[in-house]
Formats: sequence, structure tokens, C-alpha cells
Amino acid sequence: MADSKAEVLQGTLDLIVLKTLHAIGPLHGYGIAVRIQQVSEDLLKLNQGTLYPALLRLEQKGWISSKWGVSENNRKAKFYSLTKSGQKQLAAETESWERMSAMIGRLLAGTGGA
Amino acid sequence: MSALRIFWSRLVRMLRCRRSDQEMDAEFDSHLEMLAETKMRSGMTKEEARRAARREFGGIEQTKESYRDQRSLAFLETLLQDTRLAARSLIKRPGFAFLAILTLALGIGVNTALFTVIHGVLFRPLPFPHPEQLVSIWEREVGEGKGDNVVAGGQFADWQQQSTSFAQMSVVGGDTANLSGDGGALPEAIRTRACSYTLFSLLGVQPIYGRNFSEQDDRDGATAAAVLSFPLWKRRYGSNPAVVGKKILLDSKPYIVIGVLPSWFDYPDTRAQLWLPVNHEVAPEDMHSRGNHRFSVTARLKSGVSIAQASNELDTIQQRIHERFPDAIAGRHARVVSLSENLVHDVRTSLYVLMGAVGCVLLIACLNVANLFVARAATRRKELAIRAALGGSRLRLVREQLTETLLLTFVGGVLGAALAYGGIDWLIAFRENLPRASSIHVDRVALLFTAAITLFSGIFSGLIPALSATRRQFFEPLRENSRSLIGSQSRAHLRKFLLTAEVALTVVLLVGAGLLLKSFAELRSVRMGCATENVLSMNLTLPEVKYPEPIQKSQFFEDLLGRVRRVPGVRAAGFVTAVPGTGQDEDNTFDVEGRAPLPPGQFLDAVVCGADPNYFQAMDVPVLRGRIYRDSDRRERENAIVVSESMAKKFFPNEDPLGKRVVVHWRGDPRFEIVGIVGDVLSQLDRLPEPTMYFPLNFGRFGYGSLVLRSTRDVTALALPIQQELANIDRDLAVSDVLTMEQVIGKSTATARFDAGLVLLFALLALLLAAVGLYALLSYLVTQRTGEIGIRIALGAQGASVMRLVLADGLRPITIGLVLGLIGGGISGQLIRAELFAVRPLDLTIFACVTLIVLAVSFLASFVPVFRASKCDPMVALRNQ
Repeated sequence: MADSKAEVLQGTLDLIVLKTLHAIGPLHGYGIAVRIQQVSEDLLKLNQGTLYPALLRLEQKGWISSKWGVSENNRKAKFYSLTKSGQKQLAAETESWERMSAMIGRLLAGTGGA
Repeated sequence: MSALRIFWSRLVRMLRCRRSDQEMDAEFDSHLEMLAETKMRSGMTKEEARRAARREFGGIEQTKESYRDQRSLAFLETLLQDTRLAARSLIKRPGFAFLAILTLALGIGVNTALFTVIHGVLFRPLPFPHPEQLVSIWEREVGEGKGDNVVAGGQFADWQQQSTSFAQMSVVGGDTANLSGDGGALPEAIRTRACSYTLFSLLGVQPIYGRNFSEQDDRDGATAAAVLSFPLWKRRYGSNPAVVGKKILLDSKPYIVIGVLPSWFDYPDTRAQLWLPVNHEVAPEDMHSRGNHRFSVTARLKSGVSIAQASNELDTIQQRIHERFPDAIAGRHARVVSLSENLVHDVRTSLYVLMGAVGCVLLIACLNVANLFVARAATRRKELAIRAALGGSRLRLVREQLTETLLLTFVGGVLGAALAYGGIDWLIAFRENLPRASSIHVDRVALLFTAAITLFSGIFSGLIPALSATRRQFFEPLRENSRSLIGSQSRAHLRKFLLTAEVALTVVLLVGAGLLLKSFAELRSVRMGCATENVLSMNLTLPEVKYPEPIQKSQFFEDLLGRVRRVPGVRAAGFVTAVPGTGQDEDNTFDVEGRAPLPPGQFLDAVVCGADPNYFQAMDVPVLRGRIYRDSDRRERENAIVVSESMAKKFFPNEDPLGKRVVVHWRGDPRFEIVGIVGDVLSQLDRLPEPTMYFPLNFGRFGYGSLVLRSTRDVTALALPIQQELANIDRDLAVSDVLTMEQVIGKSTATARFDAGLVLLFALLALLLAAVGLYALLSYLVTQRTGEIGIRIALGAQGASVMRLVLADGLRPITIGLVLGLIGGGISGQLIRAELFAVRPLDLTIFACVTLIVLAVSFLASFVPVFRASKCDPMVALRNQ
């Protein structure tokens, strides 16, 4: 049970990170965490640390790349940016997500109507 | 692709582990500081902000750990760690490790060796192009025979003409020839093979020097041509290519060497040394006879034709032949089998029996190692429980145990492979009559097999103790009162179960060994019907060119026997065409004079054998009635013969055979009078005696056979002086197969002895392992129950009742294992029935013996621990708790 929940979360987290980088461009870990909190309006409560294994995984898959840089307030930070294959992955995942949510939506609407 | 990339990236990162750890720290620090800065901006103190940042970030150490897991090949790291740990714990107990490794090496070694042999002999394709198209063809149900039979030349000619399934066909026949000495070399009797000119091209073999036979060579009256085998060329002609085109003398006739075969060519066996074209060697009337069965037939199917189709076609042709020529003894059917099947058919069961036996040995070895580990896990229960309590995951603990056994089996596997390497040579050398021995060598498949069984053994013997050690009541040992009297019941149950399985397998092996051994003993104790001690035999063949007339042949034998009998040390000498026990015989059809002719298609058939009159006395073959033919018979009344007892019983059931006349279907239909009956002699150890007619040598038909000698002293010392006498008569004659009768019998029982001996060895090994297992189990149980036993004794229990108690505990798994094993032994007895001679698969003596042996060994193994229990001092026992 716990496993499947984590899986769902992992897939979702991947999508969110990719989308964030797509929308804003190169960003460091902290920036991504803040962005996620803003967008989810604190609904998605997660320890910010959990982001890092996910970032590493995405990097290993070749969807994002990382580079050390300097943050807006002159701090050394590692910046992540979307790669070409990351963009493709984002498009694919967005589409499948939309299809899925549309289906769930129809399903729920149908059940409600009956 | 993506998985590979991840693996690569992880591997790279693992190798630069320290640097990327620093990088990770830096990244996390920068994150925390940025977070804290934000907090401070909203009014927190520096200290508060830091704490809040940490809270929001989550457990830093956990994050780092999961980051590392994601980054690294975690399994590889823990594997290294586990391996180090396992190696340390094994080195700490060298005796235990040594025992386990030895057991496993033995199990893996014998399995690898036997698998390599089986793979080479049974499964490796023949070394010819498109080996799947190569077949052997047999006649079936010839005369009274039921099974496959060698083929007559006439049938072969018909098949070749009428069938459409085959690209090419060839006959192969065997013979022996005297290769005359040239340039001072000694004459030598060698085995020759006669074949159709198509044989080498259908097999796809090119001579390394010279050429193949051509159609012109393979004709009656063609220039005599010969192809040399590689070993003969190397040995006799010093590997000189110039021998091609030279003349050699075979049986005093000149032959031109036209080619030399490649070294790997050992079809149909390694004994064939020289090849000759069949139509040149065999008289045309024999090549066209439908009743003279003497050839094996090898053929290549046309591509796309299946063996079943070809078999159907030939069977139809053969049935037609059988109907059209009722007077010929043609087979009722014909059968096509693949060539490889034909070569290895006889050894298959024997090899599978051995494989089954070594499989059992490996299983027992694994069970024993598992048992040892279960015992050791018992001593580590508390350690494991503490580690589990501290958060060690079950998976990790299981993995650790598995790593340990895998490490053991890995070492065992490497040792086993080395063992197998030596073992294979030994197997090939000692397992006689093994076809295709040249195709046996350790290769990738064999190594894969070793790897597979090593892995299997490791997992099998590791998983049982690992799972049991980490089961359910993980923390039980911590709660367990130190005064607990029960001990860990479940672990004892597991060990009893393992012991039961071990005993069952051991019993199966013992029963198998017993059956094979008894069968071998029966075979050895078969009464040959003739003398077997101090008998020497040697083969020789008179060349037809030098001795064309019957009178020349009988003159030669008279001369030879006269000289041989004068050699000092020779007590008796005789000459016979087929030495008992060698399996050589020749049969022929005949009629009894004065009887109504048999319906067409039915024949009287008996073995025909030439023997000089003194042979019977020399070999102690008893004369039951009448007399032996005499040399003087020839002058007085032409043809006298004697028959064997079984011949008299079979063909003259209610009449006196003496004085009866038989007409043998040889050229000219000669007539013979039966003047005596002699005892039966076995031509093959594992067969019933064949009805036999003995003809005097001076009848002149026989120009081959064996000289048999008896001596009061060491008969082998006579071999040389006899050969000298022979050279004095004809210096081109060579003898072959100089063997004592013991060697003849030994040869035909060698396979049985080998199989029985090997299985017995394995069974004893298994018994030893099982005994060690029982001893260890009982010792463990006694230690476990010391407290309980102490209390019992303190309360007044007698030593004997304590002994009974402990003994019952150990003997229950033995008894169950014994019963299961006996059932398994009964089943495997049925499976190996074909290998047994004169022994029923359910031989009660053997089952009783095995039961007794197992029980006796069990009592021996349990004696020490049981005795120790009964001598247990209650005070010491209770205090120690």
C-alpha cells in the first residue's frame, strides 16, 4: 500500500519538477522547492530534502542536467535545467496525465450523475 | 537504454564517491542557508531560522542516505560489504568452511564432469556438415529376431534403387586384415572397414592427403585402393604424406594408398584403421544376397525429408521385399534412426543413471551445508535478533546469509570445476566402450552449467537457513528466558526435515548402488560353460590369397596346433572361430533331413562355429552324449558335427539328435551328421546360450578364428613363444586381441563394474554425509535439552530412559527418510531396469540390506551424543543454564 502511494507521488513529483524547469528555466533545488510550494498552495506538503533524490534520478535519466552557478543573492548553488529529452518526456507525460485526468473526470462525473 | 545509462552514471559516481559526497553536502548546505535566509527575512532570529529550515528540509541524514542510494549502486556496495563480512566469518571458522567447501566442490565437480561427458556424447552435434540429415538404417524382425538387425547387401541395393528420400547411401562392413611388414616392420593385424565409395562424401569428409574413393574404385575387379585413418598413418607411416600413391600389402594382396583421413574423423569408432571400397572387397553374390546380413547402412537424407518420412518409405519397400522373397531371410521391416542416436543409444541409460546419482550427491551436499548453516544460525540467534531490533531489515539479513553461502559455493564451484577437469579424463579412460569420446571437452556450455549449479547450490543451501533464521519470532531469542527448557523448536524441526531429505536421497542411492552391484556380481558369476582360468586367446585370419583351398587352411591349423602343443608350458591348445564371451558369432539356416519342409518364410537357424576336436577338452566344454568328431572322420565318413545342449533341446525336443543329419544352407548345401552333444557355452555374458553347431576345422570353410591355450602357469607368458611359432609357419601373419579369458569377461562386464562402482562410491559418500548430519543434529538436540535432561535425571529418570528419549528424537527423521528412500529406491529401480542383469528392481535382499546399513550407521552416529546425554550430571546441567 505504502509502496504504491510512493510511486504515484514519485511520478507526480517528476512531472512537477520538469514542468517547473520548463516554465522558469534553470533553477536551483531550493528554488524548485519554493516554486512547488507556491503552485500547490501548500497542499503538497513534502520535506524539501526529498526533492534531491528525485532530481538526481531525473538527471540520471538524462531529462535534466546540472551545473554549479551563483544564485540571485550571490550564493553558490547547483542549477538544474531541462534537456532536450526532458522536454520530450515532459510533453509525453503531460499528455498522458491529461488523458488520465480527463478520464478520471468523466468517470467521477458519470458516477455523480447516476 | 535508459537503465544502462543509469547504471553507468551510478558506476562513475560510485568510483568518485568522496568527491560527490562533498558536492552533495555543499548543495544541501546552500539549500539550507537559502531557506534560513528567507526565514530570517520574515523576522526570525538566525538560530530559529536554522532550526526551522532543518525541519522543513526533513531528516538530513535520511535524505543523504536515500540520495546516496539513488546515486550509487547500493546493492554493489552492500554486496562488497557482505562479502567482506562473509569472508571474515568463514575465516574465523576454517574447519566449518573447509568441510562445507569440500562437500560442495565434490558435488559440483562430479556433476560438472558427468554433464560434460553427457553433453559431449549425447547432445553435441556430430562433427559433420548438416548432421541432422545423417541417418542409420536397419532391417527389423529378421528371422526369429525382434529388434534391429544388420542389413544384407541385397536389401541395400533395393533400397538404393527404390527409395527417393535419400541423397546418398553407403554400407559399412568390418573385417580384420594382416598388414604385411614392409621395410623390416612387423606384420600387424588391423581392423579394416569396407564402405561404399559414397561414404566420405555423404559424411562430408575430405582426406587431408590424396583423394576419396571414386565409383571406379568401388567395383569388383577394380585396382585395389585403400584410405588410411590418421592414427594408422601417423603410427605406421611416420606421418609421411608421400605414402599416398604407394603400395601396401593387405592379406598378401597389393593395395594403393589413395588418401589419408583427418585426425578428428573417428566414425563409427576409433578402431577402424583402414578403409576399403566394399564392392572390391566383398564378393558380388554377397553384395546381392538378401539373407547374408552383415552391413550397417549410413545415409544422408535429402533436405526437407524427415526421418519419419524416410522410415515410412523404407519400411514399405522392405515389407515388399519380405513378401516377394519369402525364401530369403529378409527383415519384415526397416527403420531409419538418426546417426547420432544410433551411435549413443547404448550408453544413454547408463549415463543418465550416473547423472541421477551425482544429482543426488549434489542435493545431499547442499542439504548438509544448509544443515551446518542452520546449526550455526542457532548460535547467532541473539546477534541476529539484536540487529533486527536495531533496524536491520530482514532482506539485508537474508542477503548476508546468502552471500556467505554463495561465497562458499563459489569457492566450491571453482574447486569443483578443477576437479571435473581431471575427473573427465579419468571417466573417459575408465568408462570403456564410450562412443564419441573425442567430442568430450570442457566448453562454454559446461562452464555455464557449473556456474548454474553453483548458483543453485548457493541459493538452495543459503535460503533455507536464512529464511528460517529470520522468521516470525524474530525477537524471540531476546525474550527467551535463559532458563528456557524448550529451546528453539522450529529450528530443530527444520534440521530434522533436512536430515529426513538427506537420508531419503542416501537410501535411494544405496538401493541403486545395491541393484547395480548385485547385477554386476550376477554377471561375473555367470557360468560361461567353459574354462576361464589360465586361458589365453589370440585372433588370427588366414589371407584368402595365400590359403585359397580348404586343404591349405586345415593343413595350416594342423601345423599350428601341433607346434603350439609342443611349446613348453602349454597344457592344452585348440582353435575356435568365436571365443566364448566375446559376443562374436555367426549364424546360418539349416534343415533337418527327413522332416517335412517348413512353410515359406520360416527357417531353422543356429549359430555356426568352427572348432578343432581338441578345443572342447582344452576349454573344459563337457561332452554330454556321443563323441567329438575325430580327425579320422574326414577320411572315413565325410561330415561329422557336434551340437550344443540348447540346440539339441530346441530343434530335437522329443527325439535323439545323435545320428540325425542336417543340411546347412551354404554353397552346395553340405550335409552333416550329428555325432555328439556338448555343454552350452555363452557367446555373450548377459544372454542365454545360443543353439550352436560345431564344425570341424578341416571342413575347410573357416580361415579365421582364435587360438586358445591353457597353461598350468602364468598363461600370458606364452604369448611371445606362440607368436614365434606362428612366424615360423608364415611370417606375414599377425595376431590381434591377445587376451586372457579373465580379460574377455572383464571387458564385457567393464561397464557394469564401472557404473556399479561409481554409484556405490557416491552412495557411501552420501551415507557418510548423512551420518555426520545425524551426529550434528543429535549433539545439537542434546545441548538444547541439557536443562530438561538434567531435571529428568534429578527427578529420578534412569540413564536408559533418557537414552531412549534422545534416540527417539534423532531416529524419527531417519525412519521417515528411510521409508521415503525405500519408496524412491523402488521407483528408481524400475527406471534403471534396462541396466540390470538377473536382478529384479524390487530385490528384497537389497532393500533389507540397505535398511540394516542405514539403521546401523544411524545408531553408530547417535551413540556418542546419546551416551553423553545419559551421563549428564543434573547439578552441572542445571547450574550451567
